[in-house]
Parts: sequence; C-alpha cells; structure tokens
Amino acid sequence: MAAQNVRYVTESGEEVYGLMAQFSGPADFYHAAEMVRDAGFRKWDAYSPFPVHGIDEAMGLPRPRLPLLVAVVGLGGAALGFLFQYFVTAIAYPMVVQGKPYAAWEPFIPVTFEIGVLFTAFTCILGMMAFNGLPRLHHPLLTRERFLRVSDDAFIIAIEAADPRFDAPAVQALLTQAGALAVEVVTDPRPAPAPHAPH
Amino acid sequence: MSAPHPDELTTKRLAGLAPPPISAAPYDPRTGDGSLNDDPTQRPPLVLGQRSFHDVTETVCGYIEKGPGKWWLPAFVTSAQVAGLMPLMILYLAVTGVGVWGLNNQVDWAWDITNFVFWIGIGHAGTLISAILCLFKQKWRTSINRAAEAMTIFAVICAGTFPGVHVGRIWMAWMLFPIPNANAIWPNFRSPLLWDVFAVSTYATVSLLFWYMGMIPDLATLRDRAALRLLRKERSGRLPLIGLSYDRLRALVYGVLSVGWRFSSRHWLNYEKAYLMLAGVSTPLVLSVHSIVSFDFATSQLPGWHTTIFPPYFVAGAIFGGFAMVLMLLIPSRIVFPGMRDLITARHLENMAKIILATGFMVGFAYGMEFFIAWYSGNSYETDAFLYNRVLPPFVAEWIGSERSAPYWWAYWTMISCNVLSPQLFWFKSARRSPAAIFLVALLVTIGMWFERFVIIVTSLHRAFIPGEWHMFYPTYVDILTFVGSCGTFLTLYLLFVRFLPQFAMSEIKAVMPQASPHHHPGHATAHAADRHGAAHPGGATGMPPGLAGAAHHPGEPLRHPDQPKGGA
Repeated sequence: MAAQNVRYVTESGEEVYGLMAQFSGPADFYHAAEMVRDAGFRKWDAYSPFPVHGIDEAMGLPRPRLPLLVAVVGLGGAALGFLFQYFVTAIAYPMVVQGKPYAAWEPFIPVTFEIGVLFTAFTCILGMMAFNGLPRLHHPLLTRERFLRVSDDAFIIAIEAADPRFDAPAVQALLTQAGALAVEVVTDPRPAPAPHAPH
Repeated sequence: MSAPHPDELTTKRLAGLAPPPISAAPYDPRTGDGSLNDDPTQRPPLVLGQRSFHDVTETVCGYIEKGPGKWWLPAFVTSAQVAGLMPLMILYLAVTGVGVWGLNNQVDWAWDITNFVFWIGIGHAGTLISAILCLFKQKWRTSINRAAEAMTIFAVICAGTFPGVHVGRIWMAWMLFPIPNANAIWPNFRSPLLWDVFAVSTYATVSLLFWYMGMIPDLATLRDRAALRLLRKERSGRLPLIGLSYDRLRALVYGVLSVGWRFSSRHWLNYEKAYLMLAGVSTPLVLSVHSIVSFDFATSQLPGWHTTIFPPYFVAGAIFGGFAMVLMLLIPSRIVFPGMRDLITARHLENMAKIILATGFMVGFAYGMEFFIAWYSGNSYETDAFLYNRVLPPFVAEWIGSERSAPYWWAYWTMISCNVLSPQLFWFKSARRSPAAIFLVALLVTIGMWFERFVIIVTSLHRAFIPGEWHMFYPTYVDILTFVGSCGTFLTLYLLFVRFLPQFAMSEIKAVMPQASPHHHPGHATAHAADRHGAAHPGGATGMPPGLAGAAHHPGEPLRHPDQPKGGA
C-alpha cells in the first residue's frame, strides 16, 4: 500500500484531491467511463445531473447491497410488529373481543404489514444515505465552479489522487483521449495535514 | 410502385423496419402543443419546445429564485386566512365538546369522518403516480409526480386532523398509540380503527420519506445554483434585519436539506435502487391504506357498510378523486407558470383524463354492484338502506305509490351524476384535450367524491335497525367552517410548496428526455423513435434513409454501433 502514502500537493501547498474532466453529453460521458474503468482505476467517480442509463456497467460498479439490508430490516420490523401485538393482546392486556382467542393471528396482519412497510421505507432512505456516505456537507469537488454545474447539465468524471494508479500526466492524457472538453485539478482547500514528525 | 397501405407502414415502423416520419412538428399550430400527435409509431414528446437540460433547470428553479409572480402573495394571504378557520374551529370544539358539530345519538360520525376519508383518498393519487406508475415505467409521470406527492402529504395532514379531533377529548388522542399508561391499558389490536391509526400514520411517514428522497437531487440543484452565484459574487437581496443574503440562506437551507448530494453515479446507483424499493413497498401500502379505511365500515354490521366490495371500491374511488385533485392543481399551475406548459403537456392532462374515465367506471361498477348485492342477498335491511336511505326521491316515491322515500336522495344523485356521468365527457377527444373541460370535470368529481363519503357514512347511520332512533343529520356552521378551513390549509401548504420547493422532479425529467440516453443520436427526427430503432442501427440493411441512419452521430467520428466501446476494449 505504499502508493497510498504518496500525496500530491500544489505549488501553493494545497492538497490535490484529483483531476476532473467535463464531457459534452451522456454519450461521451458513458464511453469515457468505460475507458476509465478499463484503465483499472478504483477511486474515481462519474457525476451526472441524472442517472445515465447503464452507467453502472460502464463504470464496472458492483451490484448494490442495499436490497439485502432492506429485506432483512423490513421483514424483521414486520416480525417485531407481530410479536408486539401478540404481547399486548395475549399477554399484557388480554381482553375478550368478539369471543375470539386472545392469540388469534389474523387480526394482527394489517398492523404487521404497516410496520413492515415503515421499517422498509426508513431502511431504504437511511440505508441509501449510509451506503453513499451521506450526509456529508463538505466535499472538495463542491468548491469548483465547473462541478457545481453538474446539478444543471454538466457531465464530469473525477479521478482521485488517492487512487494507487493515479499519475497526473497519464490521467490527464486518458481523460483528454476520452473526449474531455476540459480537465482541471481539484484541490482540497482545507489545510493539508502536517507532515509526520521524523523519529 | 404503389405506396404502402398506412397500416402496413405503421406495422413496419413499430417493428423498426421503416423510418419514423421525419417531420415531427414540434408544435401543433391549432393547440400550440406538440404532444398530441396520434401516430402510434411516434411516442409523443414528454418535454416540448426542444428544451435542453439547462432549460429544464432554469424553468423549474427560476420560479423559485425569482418568485412565482405578483399573484402569489395575495393568494397566499387569502388562503392562509381561510386556513386559520381550522384551528379556530378546532379550538372551539376542544373547549366546548363535539356537541358543536351536528352529531346526534344516531349519526355519531358525519362531516368529521367524511372529511377524513375525502382527504385521505385525495392523497392516494400522489402515491399512485409516484409509485405505481413508476413500477409500470410510465415515463410521463416524471413531470407530475412531485406536485402530486406534495399534494398527498398536504391532503394526509388535513385528513389526519379529523380523526384526531373527532375523539372529543382531544387531549386524550395519544391513547390511540400503543403506549403503556398508568392503568396498564393497551389498545385493541383487533379493531380496524386501530389498524387505521397505523395505516394512516405509516402512509403519512412513508409519503414524506418518498417525497423527500425524490427531492434530494433537486434541492442540491437549488443549492448549487445559489453557491454558483456566491462564487461569482453576484448580488442577491438580503434578509431584513439579519442582513443575510438570500443566496447564502439558500445555500445553507437547501444545502442542509440536500445532505451533500453530489450527483455521483455510485450514489445514483443506490439511490435508484432505494427509490425502486420505496415504490415497491408504497404500492401495496397505498392499496392497504384505503382498504383499511374501508374496514372501519365494512367490518361493522350496519346495513350499507357491511359490504365486502368496500376495499377495492374505496381504493378505486381514492385514485379517482385524487387524480381529479391533481388536475385541479396542475391546470391552474399551467396558467400561472406559463413556462411549465412544456413540461406538463396537453398529453399529460389527456392521460390523466383517461385515468379519471377508467377509475370512474370502476367506481360506477361498485355503486351498481352494491345495489345488486343488496337485492341479490335478499337482506331486507340492506335493500332498505339503499332504496329508502339513499336512492328513492320523494317525487318518484309518490309517483310509484311508495309510502317511503329516501331523505338523502339528493346526496346520492349528486354523487352519481358527478362521479359516474360527468367523466363520460372524456369519451370525446375534444373534452380530453381542453384544459377547461378537464378542470370542470375534475371539480365535479371532487364534489362527487366528497358526497360519496357523505352518502356512505351519514345515510347508513341515520336510519339503522331501530326506527325509534332514526334522526336526520344537519351540519352546523362549525362543521362547515372546519371543512372550509381544511381546504384553506391544503391550499396554503401547496402555495408554500410552489414558492420554495422544486415543483418538478428535474433529475427525473432530464432522464426521460431524448438526449439523456447515452445511445442517443441527435440527428433523428424523434429521439424516442430513435431509441426504439436503436437495435437496428446503423446498418444499411434496415431500409433507413442514409441521412437518418447515423450520419448525425458525433461529427468527425467513424460510424460505429452505439453499444460498441470507443477506442477498443
């Protein structure tokens, strides 16, 4: 992991986050993503105003693990809801209603379902944020004027300096070859961490 | 060489063997709207005026940043004052008691529960548009889903108030929730009324989550636009007293709400999965909510309520009434926000009119089936509940020599004419394409759906088994003003929404625009047709004229298959 310790710093001493390149539209963006994927980069991302169809394959992204989490928590929530109703109706406060058995399961179905849905919905949104590392209110990219236009109509690919294969001139060449309209260096405006004191 | 038969040409075009017609006129000169072509080989455009992505952002954000216009403040102030009636009337109710409503010993549910079912039903259209149409991949939903979801939440807020206050001692409403209290009393989980508490509160929560999650990217767009103006040192207005500039405030508020969304494809992947799963659970949820609301009635033994058709009947009615409300909000929106006509096209309105026609039929079928079962079951109480509580007007009773007639016949026939007859207008294409006619029918349907709930609740209750208990129901001014106040609350919240939040799901609209496809060829007459023909591109054997087949690909680039990676593997 020696490569990870290499830090790129600009002449003014700001830490380099990476290089970012803008593309003219979804088609160029898509093909550029394929090229970056094939070049073997790991720490990079593609930013577009909307999810471009098929970009996950173009980037070689793994299948999201969110559905598994949602299924587990949703079913768990439903089970919890059922047990809670059972506890209330059969144990904590048994009450004869319409002469039915205390522990009849049929009347518990609607609330069980609703609670399952509630857990599922919360897991969907909180899980989505957790897998995405959100909320994160600061990011080096969000300081760049060019990047702020992604939310409008810009298509951008950024390769991080933290990638083991990162080599600024080679990355720039790759992005230019992929059809970038412009390539620019993104720095992290936060003060760079102090170098390790020598022992 | 004879020209092919039109049907033959259509078949060929659908199969991708013939080119799409070249002249896709962007605007129909008669209607000024290019979304109404009837050529089955061409999908009507979802966004008109050959808009770019940037145009969509500008249209949607512009109305938030520059303000919706001079009409907004007077409209807001007026509706907020009407909304003020609601807390006022609820306060009067709380300090006095439910006697201020027109309830009596026999009719113990009336306007309160009518309004509850009315509002919760309206909410259903939003979830239908955002969830069910999403699962069915109906792309036209993208320009109406945000407004419809907002409407859902505001309607559920209005709905939730009524059962909350109808309990009488509203400071005891917390007992609805399963919280252990000093007497160790727990709620009864076998009661549909308690199911209702869970269904409605889950529905409100999930709708809010769905709405919010859909809005995260659009809030990020608003944040980025404010941040861009700050970076460029553009001046914006300032808040009085505090002196904070509006753009800084926007960057802050929209920034926090958008949780740092960066439009990353890795994030989009999880986001789309989460959205799809939310749509997947919202679909049974929305069907369950009105089913459970209908259980409040259907599980009782009261004639007129004790009916197995209620769950599907209520759900169809909810979608029917909800779409009417969506149309009543969107048609005026198209007038006061002229830039939005390219996003909510006449085709969108026509589609919704068709849904109203279809669900109107379902509702009409349910009315007929209820009547049939009342007769077919041979249950005389059920027959009486229909004939002599609802249907038979006094003048007809006199004419046929019946001694009894239905005192609420006017409510029943208002319901039938508004809900069953008025949507029949949509058989005519000209009515489906006239916003004024659609608005009128939507208004009638909304009135009719309110009456449907009134008919179900009040007419069944007012004459049950024991004739000695029979009572008419007359609303008091408190009943009426609370309902008027709830309409004001709904409108006030909606006006706040159009002022401060994106009315359209921008990222979703952009994604369904023709140029959003990575395989899009800008030279095609219609991009949707191009999508369909994508598989046949760009070979010369498809019979496509060379001008269409691929020459319009990126200039100066060799012709290649769109799926083929550029520059080798």
